[in-house]
Amino acid sequence: MENSMGRHETEMNFKATELRLGLPGVDEMEKVPSNYSVLRSNKRSSPETSEVESINKTNLNTSNTICHDQDNAPPSKAQVVGWPPIRSYRKNSLQQKKGEEVGMYVKVSMAGAPYLRKIDLKVYKSYSELLKALENMFKCTFGEYSEREGYNGSEFAPTYEDKDGDWMLVGDVPWEMFMSSCKRLRVMKGSEAKGLGCF
Amino acid sequence: MRENHPQKTTEDDNRSSSIPDLARAEIAESSTSKNRTGLSEPVPGSNQTENPSPFPDQVLENVLENVLHFLSSRKDRNAASLVCRSWYRAEALTRSDLFIGNCYAVSPRRATNRFSRIKSVTVKGKPRFADFDLMPVDWGAHFTPWVSSLAQAYPWLEKLHLKRMTVTDDNLAVIADSFAGFRELLLVCCEGFGTPGLAAIAAKCRLLRVLELVESVIEVEDDEEVDWVSCFPNEGQTHLESLAFDCVECPVNFEALEGLVARSPCLKKLRLNRSVSMAQLHRLMLRAPQLTHLGTGSFSANENVDQEPDYASAFAACRSLVCLSGFREIWPDYLPAIYPVCANLTSLNFSYADVNAEQLKSVICHCHNLQILWVLDSVCDDGLQAVAATCKDLRELRVFPVDAREETEGPVSEVGLVAISQGCRKLESILFFCQTMTNAAVIAMSKNCPDLVVFRLCIIGVYRPDAVTQEPMDEGFGAIVMNCKKLTRLAVSGLLTDRAFEYIGRYGKLIRTLSVAFAGDTDLGLKYVLEGCPNLKKLEIRDSPFGDGALLSGLHHYYNMRFLWMSSCKLTRQACQEVARALPGLVLEVINNNEDAVNDIEILYMYRSLDGPRDDAPENVTIMQ
Repeated sequence: MENSMGRHETEMNFKATELRLGLPGVDEMEKVPSNYSVLRSNKRSSPETSEVESINKTNLNTSNTICHDQDNAPPSKAQVVGWPPIRSYRKNSLQQKKGEEVGMYVKVSMAGAPYLRKIDLKVYKSYSELLKALENMFKCTFGEYSEREGYNGSEFAPTYEDKDGDWMLVGDVPWEMFMSSCKRLRVMKGSEAKGLGCF
Repeated sequence: MRENHPQKTTEDDNRSSSIPDLARAEIAESSTSKNRTGLSEPVPGSNQTENPSPFPDQVLENVLENVLHFLSSRKDRNAASLVCRSWYRAEALTRSDLFIGNCYAVSPRRATNRFSRIKSVTVKGKPRFADFDLMPVDWGAHFTPWVSSLAQAYPWLEKLHLKRMTVTDDNLAVIADSFAGFRELLLVCCEGFGTPGLAAIAAKCRLLRVLELVESVIEVEDDEEVDWVSCFPNEGQTHLESLAFDCVECPVNFEALEGLVARSPCLKKLRLNRSVSMAQLHRLMLRAPQLTHLGTGSFSANENVDQEPDYASAFAACRSLVCLSGFREIWPDYLPAIYPVCANLTSLNFSYADVNAEQLKSVICHCHNLQILWVLDSVCDDGLQAVAATCKDLRELRVFPVDAREETEGPVSEVGLVAISQGCRKLESILFFCQTMTNAAVIAMSKNCPDLVVFRLCIIGVYRPDAVTQEPMDEGFGAIVMNCKKLTRLAVSGLLTDRAFEYIGRYGKLIRTLSVAFAGDTDLGLKYVLEGCPNLKKLEIRDSPFGDGALLSGLHHYYNMRFLWMSSCKLTRQACQEVARALPGLVLEVINNNEDAVNDIEILYMYRSLDGPRDDAPENVTIMQ
C-alpha cells in the first residue's frame, strides 16, 4: 500500500488518478466488457486439456493486468461473476468472520431500488475494478470519468459518502484516500450527481 | 340445490346420456350449502333431460369431494383435475394448498378464480442463478400483485411460504392486516423488506405460530431500524412454535426476546442471529428446555464474563434437541458445551463455523444418529473421514468452501469424497465444493451410494480435468447417472465434453433439475439432454458453448418445463424469436448488459406462462414476441 501512495505523490500526475476503463498505459479508450465473466470469450471447440488449462490461465492473467498495473501487489485472481455458486449472503458472512483479513464492508444503494447491497471494498484494487463490479451489480453503465465533468453524459453515476458526511463522486480522490474515507456508496442518477465533485 | 345454469357445450356432449353425466352437472360454487347427506330433491328445470334423477349425481359429487379432500399430493391433485370437468371443479373446491412454482407462470387472478378455499400459499419467484448476482437487481418477482389478490380472495389464509420473491415492508403490513387467522410465514431468499415489516407481523398476527426468515437479506439503513421483537404482544402467552431470524443483520432487543421466549410455551424451534452472545444464549436455553431446533447465534462471548455459566448443563437440559445450527462467530473453546446433545442430533449445521479437523472430530465422534451435516471445508479430508467413520446414517452432506477463490489445491478433495462414500452408504443428497476431483472418486461414490437423489459437485477451478489422469470428468458424472437410479437433481462442473451430456441424456431419465457451468463443446451436448431427459423441469446453464441449434432442439419439451436459463452461451436473438413464434405459451426474457452486441444474447430466461408476458419488466429486460 505504501508503495502506491508514494508513487501517486511523486508522479504528481493527474493521469494517475484519471479513471479509465481501458488498460492503464494505453491511450485509446478500449471498451472493456462490464461483465466480469472473462472466461466467456473462451468458447472452445475442442477439449485439448493442456491447451485449455493454459488458455484458462492466460485469460485470467490478462484480466489481472487491467487491475494491477498501478500497484505492485501480486496479481489476485479476477473474480468471475457468480462463481463459484455461493450465495452472497453466505460469502459475506464468512468474510466477516476472518480474524486476519477484516473486510471493509460498505452499503451500496441505488436510486430507485428499494434495497441495499453490501460489498467488501478490500476485494477491489482500483477504481476500474470497483466500478465494473457496481456496473454489473446494478446492470448500468457509468461512462467515462473526467475530473472536470465527472461522469457527464451517463445515466448513472457512482457516489460515496465520506468520513465528513459529504457526498463525493467516486474517482475524485486517489484510490487509497477513497478506501480510507468511504463510508457508503450510492448509485445516483446522472442529474442528481451533477453538483458533486471536489473541483 | 343446484342452480339453473344453461348447458355448456363441450366435448363431453358426445357421451352417452343414459348414465348420469357428471360432466354436464353444474356444481354451484357455494357448495357449503349443499346437503351433505347426499340426498337432494329433484330440481325443476334441471340440466338432466335424458336422465331425470339428479340424485346419483349429487351423491357422486359429494363422494367425489369427500374423497378428494384426502388427496394431499400436488401431483395427484393435478392428475385428478384432468379427468373431467366435474372432477376439475371438485378438486378446485377441495384444494387447500396452493403452490405457484413460478410467480410469472400464472396471474394471481387466474389462481384465485380457480381455487376458492385456499388456506396455504407457496410462491416462488426468481430463478436460482439470481442468488449469484447474475440477474439485474430490479428484475422483478414482486409480491405486491399477489398479496392484494390473496388478501381479497382468501381472508382465512393461514400460511404463506415465499422463495426468492421481492417482498416489501408494505406487503408484510398488508399480510398482517388482512388475514385474521394467519399462522405461518416463511421467507426464503427474499429481499426488499426490513425490520418495519417484521414489526407489523409481530404486532398484529396474534395467532402466529411460525415466523422463519431463511437466508433472506434484511438490511435497513441504520436510522430506519425498528425494534420488532418488542412488537410481539407483551402480555399473555404466545402461540409461537418456531422463530428463526438468523439472517437478520441488526441486533435484537435481548430483553424483549427473553421475555418473548418465556411467554412461548409451545416454542420448539429458535434460530438466533449473530448478535446473541453465548451468555445470552444460555439464558434463553434455560427458559426453553423444550426446544427441538436451536440456532445458537454467535456462540462466542462479547465481553469477558467473570464466571462463565455452565453451558454444558444448559444443553444437557434440552433433552429434545435434535437440530443444531448457528455458530456464527464460533469460539471453539465453547464446543464441549454441545457434547451432551450430540448423540441425539439428527441435523448439525456448522456451515458458518470455521472449525478444523480436530475440532470437528471432538463433536462428530458422538453424533451416531446424524442424518444431515453441513460443514465448511476447513474440516479438511481428515474431518470428512471422521464423519464417514461415525455417521452411518448420514443422508445429506454439504461441504462449503471457506475461500471461494480458485486455487490449485484445497483442503478437501477426492480423498474426502471417497471416504464419505465408503462410510455413509445411505447418502441421498450431497453438495460438495472442492478445488480438484478425480473420476475415480466420483465413480466410487456412484457405486457406494446408490440411493443418491441429489448430486451436486462444484469443482471451483473452471475447466479442471481429473487431477490424476488429466482426463475430462465425463466418466465420473456418467457413472453417477448410470448407477444412481433415483437421481433427480444433478449439478456438474470441471472439464466436461459433450460425452458427459450424452451420458446424462441416456441415463438421467429421472432428472428434474440440471445445473451446468463452463461445460460442453458443441450444440450436441445440450441436444442430448433436451432429447434424452423427459422429466427435465429446470435447466440452468452458464458459460457453455451451446447455441441456436441446441435451443431449437428442445421445442418438443419446453412446455413441460418450469424454466430454462442460459447465460453467456452462444444464442442469438433470431433463435429466440423463432422459439417465441413456435411456442406462444412461452415467455422469453432476454437480458443484455452489453448494448453493442445486438444479436448475441447475454441471458435468456424462458418459462411457460398462462397469462403471457409480464408488465413489470425493467428496462434491461426484453421480452421476445
